[in-house]
Amino acid sequence: MTDTAEHIATEPELPKQDKLQRALFRFRQSRLSMLGAVMVALVVFFTAFGTLLAPFPEHIAGGVDTAARFQPPSWAHPFGTNELGQDVLSLVMAGTTVSVLAGLSVVLIGTVIGTLVGAIAGFAGGWIDEILMRLTDLTLTIPGLILAMAVAAALGPGFTNMIIAISLSWWPGYARLVRGEVLAVREESYVNAARAIGASPSRILLRHILPNTVSPIIVKMSLDMGFAILMVAGLGFIGIGIRPPTPEWGTLLSVSRSYMPDYWWTAMAPGMAMFFAVFGFNLLGDGLRDILDPKARR
Amino acid sequence: MSEIMLEIDDVSKIYAGKRGMFGRSHMVEALKHVSLSVRRGESFGLVGESGSGKTTLTRSILQLERPTSGRVLFEGMDLGQLSTAEMRWLRARIQIVFQDPYASLNPRMSVHDIVTEPMLIHRETLGLNRRQRTERAVELLSLVGLGAQHLYRHPHEFSGGQRQRICIARALAPGPDLLVLDEPTSALDVSVQAQVLNLLCELQDKLGLTYFFISHDLGVVRYLCDRLALIYRGEIVEQGDCASVFDAPETEYARALIGAMPEVKVPPAA
Amino acid sequence: MTAPLLSIRDLHLSMSSYDGKAHVLNGIDLTVNRGEIWGLVGESGCGKSLTGLSISQLLPSPPADYMAGEIMLEGRDMLKLPRPELQKLRGNRIGMIFQDPTTNLNPAFRIGDQLVDVALAAARWKPGILDCPPGAGRSERKRAARKLARDMLERVGIPDAGMRLDSYPHQFSGGMRQRVLIAMALIGRPDLLIADEPTTALDVSVQAQILKLLKGCVADYDMGVILITHNLGVVAETCSHVAVMYAGNIVESGPVAAVIERPEHPYTRALMASIPTRDTRRGMLRGLAGSVPNLITPPPGCRFAPRCPHATAACMTGVPAPVRVGRDHAAACIHAKEPETAHV
Repeated sequence: MTDTAEHIATEPELPKQDKLQRALFRFRQSRLSMLGAVMVALVVFFTAFGTLLAPFPEHIAGGVDTAARFQPPSWAHPFGTNELGQDVLSLVMAGTTVSVLAGLSVVLIGTVIGTLVGAIAGFAGGWIDEILMRLTDLTLTIPGLILAMAVAAALGPGFTNMIIAISLSWWPGYARLVRGEVLAVREESYVNAARAIGASPSRILLRHILPNTVSPIIVKMSLDMGFAILMVAGLGFIGIGIRPPTPEWGTLLSVSRSYMPDYWWTAMAPGMAMFFAVFGFNLLGDGLRDILDPKARR
Repeated sequence: MSEIMLEIDDVSKIYAGKRGMFGRSHMVEALKHVSLSVRRGESFGLVGESGSGKTTLTRSILQLERPTSGRVLFEGMDLGQLSTAEMRWLRARIQIVFQDPYASLNPRMSVHDIVTEPMLIHRETLGLNRRQRTERAVELLSLVGLGAQHLYRHPHEFSGGQRQRICIARALAPGPDLLVLDEPTSALDVSVQAQVLNLLCELQDKLGLTYFFISHDLGVVRYLCDRLALIYRGEIVEQGDCASVFDAPETEYARALIGAMPEVKVPPAA
Repeated sequence: MTAPLLSIRDLHLSMSSYDGKAHVLNGIDLTVNRGEIWGLVGESGCGKSLTGLSISQLLPSPPADYMAGEIMLEGRDMLKLPRPELQKLRGNRIGMIFQDPTTNLNPAFRIGDQLVDVALAAARWKPGILDCPPGAGRSERKRAARKLARDMLERVGIPDAGMRLDSYPHQFSGGMRQRVLIAMALIGRPDLLIADEPTTALDVSVQAQILKLLKGCVADYDMGVILITHNLGVVAETCSHVAVMYAGNIVESGPVAAVIERPEHPYTRALMASIPTRDTRRGMLRGLAGSVPNLITPPPGCRFAPRCPHATAACMTGVPAPVRVGRDHAAACIHAKEPETAHV
């Protein structure tokens, strides 16, 4: 090259920076986030293996042991037995699978619908935006539990119907979030750059805008998991969600309600499990927000 | 006289403005009958302060915005009359480098994806397969002073100057004739600015590019450009050869602007 | 001779982050007297802003850690003052102006009210500025503060100052907002004004006006100014003195005329050579290759040596001490020569 090479000589290498490692470092620095992560890991573990590890698998399938009704906590039954003589711990462990999978399905379906609606509204703008967002507002005006109750009552009880029912009230939050993010990212310089190189609208949306809205969506999903689990339990509790004998935390609580306070242990395990899962997901969500979405930090 | 590549012919842009609560609407005249022409192979500088209409004019050239009246002609073709297919073709021939190198690269894409994206979009015109695109990306990176080792890194791993080089590589990818440079060095340190300016000079000599250089920094425009136009409140107040505008400004505004320029006298090299 | 207004001696500062501890200020020495405007220049990441923030003690600790040195404001060490004392000083001895005028004004309050608040707060320590008798009532003090606010706005060149007091920040242009911030910084009659890139976001014509205004204020109020900027042109036209910073060191300092006419440090020369002038021929701009080093593991010896065209083996050992190269003019380079032997 000529003598100009020296003038345009590039800067020396910056050290390779691993974004993930930095994020993990910051995450690990917060004890609460780590606690949340451990709690969620435990919940996930029981979701996968709860049914297999349960000490009395026959009770999960509906088996009863009338001789052992309402036994208080002991070594054999750490959380006692219920009105059918079933081991409460086994039921709660198996219930983890049902509750968490139901919660996860609700959040996933809500995210997919919400992202779709929000992304189209934010990207298209104009009357499409107007229609989609008024529809979102309309859905938001109906309290979630009431809407879910109405839909569940219309469709009848059952796992799938309940998930459909809750998901229908779940997406508007995501639609609003994603629309807002899309509107913000749409004005970024790199989106203009993509327009200038002739990228098609779908390419701009899928390649340039949506990937940059993922962080807040993930944060909201993890914060929402706890609420979704509570909602599933709530429907179970009032008797229009999952029906016994399928073990589900809300249903378990609902049944044990009749035997309070004499046989308090029947309610304790499902209540604690719910508290544990919801708390864990919330801590994790807060931690994720701190590392993924620095704008929202305190 | 050499051939005219880009011609702005009596372009005006009026923004209707948001209608107020009582139905009154404010009209904003962003561009008032702007005419100028850029010749093939030259560097044309457009200088103006914030709110002068520089950005609107740039967006009109790139057809990101439609002028209210007037025409933008590229090699004699009216950009407002082009079909979608012609417009796609045109997108490959006019490229832009933005001001802020931190905001103009998608943080989720690797350098490889950023630089090959224009070739992917214009693959019908350019006829490059996947391997050829990667090869060309490496060529482009070395052209702007980066290397193959940077190919699979992400924007956050680069300094401001390096990012601007990546932006230039992306702009060169579809093989443009006209490069619109929208304040490409104003976010950089002077030392890095010097490197980028020299790079731009070198690229122009090598590739025969035409530059439309937008800036508020008269010193940079004087260094890089052959001709310039001063824009003030949507109007071109003065245009001509760089040397003559700087030596003998004709309008009051040009004199004031040149007078306000902070200057350092650099002693001869030691 | 009395103590200088500001005297920084051998200031060392480190900042901790994920990557480690960065030694960001590496022995800063700076003396500012009343009536002087000091320009602090250098590339980004050289420690200019950190120096400014250190003076007013606005860096949170951690991550900031002052390892050694002192920052004396008329004989009192800012590093040793208790918090309440510091707050008092910040309001009325030290004024600060930042780059972005939009984020430093509260959009929800009228300009006048914001200025009056600042004036009343400053008057708690300096009752003289309000120009009303001691023991005056609240409303009387408020009226006096409002008059002061109007006078200050007039002083910084805002037309119809009386009416503009009732405007909100968004009704002002960028240049006007920066003027308001200058008025706000000056209302407590500070002895030292720290302006961090005050004109970087503004147009050149507005920049020229603001700089002229700043110069006028120095003469009127007999204060000292530290002007942090990356623009050597601004320094040349505004400042009386300049300190060039590189990677946490002041590599060259002295009166503006001396430094710009006869830069002795290769970094200063390189910086000046990066600016295109009317005589620079196309493609012949002498840039400065490389970038500011990583300060977690700084290069041994002179921190500029890896980028320096004149570096020799001797440069790699030991940080060079400032060498006197002229009247009040020093350069921290082992190749710099004493004035007797220097070619003039």
